[in-house]
Amino acid sequence: MSALTAHRERPTKEKIGVFVCHCGRNIATTVDTKRVVEEILKHPAVVHAEDYDYVCSSPGQELIEKAIKEKRLTGFIVAACSPSLHETTFREVAERTGLNPYKCEIANIREQDSWVHEDKEKATEKAIKLTKSAVEKVIRNEELEPIKVGLYKKALVIGGGIAGIRAALDIADAGFPVVLVEKGSTIGGHMAKLAETFPTLDCASCILTPLMSAVAHHSNIRLLTLSEIMDVEGYLGNFHVRIKKNPRYVDPEKCNLCNDCVDICPVTVSSEFDEGLSLRKAIYIPFPQAVPSSYLIDLDACLGMNPITCGKCAEPDICGPEAVNFDDQTEIIEEDIGVIVVATGYELYNPENIGEYGADKYLDVITSLQFERLLSPSGPAVGIPKRPSDEKIPKRIAFIHCVGSRDERHQPYCSHICCTYSAKHALLFKELVPDADIYSFYIDIRAVGKNYEDFIRRVQEEAGVHYIRGKVSRIYEQDGKVKIFGVDTLLNKRIEIEVDMAVLALSMVPAHGIEDLASKMRIQIDGSGFLQELHPKLHPVESATSGIFLAGAAQSPKDIQDTVAQASAAASKALGILTQEKISHIPTVATVDTDLCSGCRLCISVCPYGAIKLIDEKAEVKEVLCEGCGACVSTCPSDAISLRNHTDEQVSSMLKALVGEI
Amino acid sequence: MNELAERVKEISDQNVYSCYLCGNCSAGCMFTDEMDTLPHQVIALVQMEDKDALEKNTSWICASCFVCSVRCPRGLDVAAIMEALREIKIRERGFRKIDLRKIKDIEKLPQIAITAAAQKFTW
Repeated sequence: MSALTAHRERPTKEKIGVFVCHCGRNIATTVDTKRVVEEILKHPAVVHAEDYDYVCSSPGQELIEKAIKEKRLTGFIVAACSPSLHETTFREVAERTGLNPYKCEIANIREQDSWVHEDKEKATEKAIKLTKSAVEKVIRNEELEPIKVGLYKKALVIGGGIAGIRAALDIADAGFPVVLVEKGSTIGGHMAKLAETFPTLDCASCILTPLMSAVAHHSNIRLLTLSEIMDVEGYLGNFHVRIKKNPRYVDPEKCNLCNDCVDICPVTVSSEFDEGLSLRKAIYIPFPQAVPSSYLIDLDACLGMNPITCGKCAEPDICGPEAVNFDDQTEIIEEDIGVIVVATGYELYNPENIGEYGADKYLDVITSLQFERLLSPSGPAVGIPKRPSDEKIPKRIAFIHCVGSRDERHQPYCSHICCTYSAKHALLFKELVPDADIYSFYIDIRAVGKNYEDFIRRVQEEAGVHYIRGKVSRIYEQDGKVKIFGVDTLLNKRIEIEVDMAVLALSMVPAHGIEDLASKMRIQIDGSGFLQELHPKLHPVESATSGIFLAGAAQSPKDIQDTVAQASAAASKALGILTQEKISHIPTVATVDTDLCSGCRLCISVCPYGAIKLIDEKAEVKEVLCEGCGACVSTCPSDAISLRNHTDEQVSSMLKALVGEI
Repeated sequence: MNELAERVKEISDQNVYSCYLCGNCSAGCMFTDEMDTLPHQVIALVQMEDKDALEKNTSWICASCFVCSVRCPRGLDVAAIMEALREIKIRERGFRKIDLRKIKDIEKLPQIAITAAAQKFTW
């Protein structure tokens, strides 16, 4: 006994408690938790130790609280699962009981022990060493407070499609200023091009244009069209963003949409808004409801903005309000931003990549978005689709599903919306051309949204569409007809049919330039090129960079319903930050002893977060950027940098505990 | 994986379970009129370990034009699977070298059968 007492002479004033978790059978099967308790009690600083089934449960947490109060603990260890799971849980227990949260440490005896070993004896020895090592650390831990920094209470939304519009309006309606940046000349995105939307068949414009107008008139929204993100610096709450605003050459404030400039303009090019199915002038407005409500000049098409080459649109008798401004310049706009929502949307896969379907060669093989324009009452066919080659109304039409989707040679993923929009196309077409024969070639019908199955059933029953299960192998034109090689895998018959027009349901791919933007913002891209969420279930709208959120088809192919839901989710996460007065950051950051620092800059070169700068020839850590990785600490040749609560003394005593010297 | 599918994989390095039976191979095949069973159905039979796959004439009509292989959305080399089925059938006869002069009615034999018979010694 005397030996034990001698051993228990306490060289420290610290009174540490240890709680060993069974994690059900996860730990207890491989680790003798009772022995860990016995052994750790021999440590001079440990005044209390016990084991329990689930320390993270409410009764488990109460055990800790009770011990802290009764034994006047100055710190404690939970020997349990990885700190990434429950460190926060237990630090909150400390805080509620009046202990500094940084006086709680985790010994990971699950992932680093019980899960990876079989020999119970040795696993128990290891658990004892891991726990002892954590005790050695905690007795040397400083009491720390989270670092608090201010934030700019302003949001940046990138992308002016339905996702960006929804997110911007939600944030602006909550009372915070929003900068909405759109690359194109108008907001509205792809939704503005759609005829009607499934499954309710409400007209896309009727839903979208009021929202576009709300953006235009919202006092909290600064709308920047024809604009791109140049660079993004800073961190959560304190981003500094530079935006390049390209010239429009028409002042939206003065333009009254009289159309005289368009009438006089001698240049015609194909219209992007109509997917190449109609013509527009070099001075144009993509569609009448565009926001901002103003013309713009397409400089690539314009003959030249001076009286010698053309310049007709700017003549005073043409543009009365003098809105046309040939001297308009590119502008660099700088904004201080607290949070960012990325909603850059999608584009259709280039059909030229699928040679066997011939969309690049045959006029009457068109894309689903082109068909959408043909169906639109405001589109080039004024609502009754005509085939591009001879302007005749097609009587036999084929819809081809999975064009570029679910295909290893193109996009391996399912594009999620094509089954349902192809059904919608069939139904709308049947309503316009009742005697039409409609074929729909599919692999599987994936109509996985609320009320979508009912919609598909309605199309099958009402429109009499011939649904043929089998992927199309080849499409070509012969004698003015579109010929399709297909198969009916249910009847086991190969099929060759002739139709007047074929519509390709092309896959959704991320918008052009997404990689570039992602690298500027230090956010990740997934294997398919879409923006990567932090966790599919725990953090579905968060990027890996704090303060940057994702919405809409930029994150994965999705329909309008899911897009707006995700946009509102992203806005709500953004508001969760904007409504805070200060932002908290971990205090376990690097600190520099300026007396020892020689200004060699090695730390700057290894810091992955750009957190270190040289000021007066001495390294200085911008604490809010530091993530406490320790790269600078181990690099510094002068031993001038240390990490709070990971000091050399702590690390070496932890190692001594692990190798059995303590 | 069933034994027949395993054997097909050994010979062709193609996993028939990758096939989701979209029918693209059948849709693009120029010789289905002569086949008693469409190519994708033969693959379905192999997936179900139905030895009928070896008795169908599909693999013998196949001309190895590779249209199916080029267009398969699951990246399967369907022509190689057909070749594997031919090899499995031919190898049932053991390692007998063929003598072209001794084959009766050689002009009635599909050319691909001669190729397959020659290839059975590859491995």
